[in-house]
Amino acid sequence: MNTTQDIDPKIYSILKDVSDPEIPVLSIVDMGVVRSAKLLENNRVKVEITPTYSGCPAMDVIGDDVKKAFQDKGYQAEVKLILSPAWTTDWMTDEAKQALKEYGIAPPMDATSDKEALLGNKKIIECPQCGSTNTKLVSQFASTACKAMFKCEDCKEPFDYFKCLI
Amino acid sequence: MTNENLIQYLYGIADNSLILGQRLGELCGHGPTLETDIALTNISLDLFGQVRSYFQYLAELSKDDLTEDDLAFLRKEREYKNLLLVEQPNTDFAYIIVRQYFFDVFHYMLLEKLQDSKNVNLQGIAKKSIKEVAYHQRFSGDWLLRLGDGTEESKQKVQQAVSDLWVFTDELFHVTKDDEAVIKAGHGVDVRLLKDDYYAKITNQLKQATLEVPETKYFQKGGKQGIHSEHMGYILADMQFMQRAYPDMKW
Ligand SMILES: [Zn+2]
Repeated sequence: MNTTQDIDPKIYSILKDVSDPEIPVLSIVDMGVVRSAKLLENNRVKVEITPTYSGCPAMDVIGDDVKKAFQDKGYQAEVKLILSPAWTTDWMTDEAKQALKEYGIAPPMDATSDKEALLGNKKIIECPQCGSTNTKLVSQFASTACKAMFKCEDCKEPFDYFKCLI
Repeated sequence: MTNENLIQYLYGIADNSLILGQRLGELCGHGPTLETDIALTNISLDLFGQVRSYFQYLAELSKDDLTEDDLAFLRKEREYKNLLLVEQPNTDFAYIIVRQYFFDVFHYMLLEKLQDSKNVNLQGIAKKSIKEVAYHQRFSGDWLLRLGDGTEESKQKVQQAVSDLWVFTDELFHVTKDDEAVIKAGHGVDVRLLKDDYYAKITNQLKQATLEVPETKYFQKGGKQGIHSEHMGYILADMQFMQRAYPDMKW
């Protein structure tokens, strides 16, 4: 959890176990997608989630997964989608960034480095397979809008880079 | 500002993303290379996502019990308020890139100002969308340079696209009566004030791409009043077929 999230500690672990359907190693809490979670009377819960990208097709699934996770523990959850403040990669915890890397996706860099990398000016994105920075941009968009496609010139493997969004 | 003013203003913005998103969606599986195919359809997805945010808000504003799907799929041609530029066909990759670039630069400038709207819903959507559009603009701007300053053939094709699509650029800065009321209320953006910066920016990019800047003073308008080009009917036929054949169908 990071400081911008407002999650009741009593229900934190339930949310922590809900994973991002597109990147199953990541918890939606560590992604920063859960903005707040409040425990109300009669075992009712109110959860606010925000999309990483406007067109993120995972949001409906995330909403359903949250409801189901609470239902399994005897709660009834209401899920609300909010747009502001807009999601930023700064909300991803270090734990999430590490998990991304282990999963084979290069985690987002800071805004300045991100721009240099995506313009092809500097070789700074680290290959999640071998750790080399001898990598090359293939496409600014990849398997989803939130990622860019790179190729490692050392181990020759292609990989996704999670673009910075601030 | 009346509720109806605001509704029409919102269509004027949202329908651009809807129709351009649909145009780009047609390219799914047909892009010139795998990478550009994926990029264009990802941009399409971003635009559809933005449309959903506008339409959910529009559905709240409308008196009838409308849903976002009704707004997207069940309006008649005259009720769509998108710009003529975004409904132009995917003639070739050069047209796709130029259409995108001409729109992206405008879209970014519009959202930049919309972030200061007095309307919190619009503010929220703008702040979210602008981050995505920054990437769109970079993609189309880069390709404009590559095609313009590329081979003889790519240069000739992209120059043709620039000359043909230029006539639709002036409409970007057209303000309707509804827009006027919404601007006055501090909810909307006066796009007329963006015009000089816009042309300075795209002129600069065209020159960098070693392309000629068209000198024509003849411009086409109509989309914002619901008067569309001959392409619009085909787009809607494609887009609306499922909802009309199977009313209220859900995925
Ligand atoms: Zn490698």
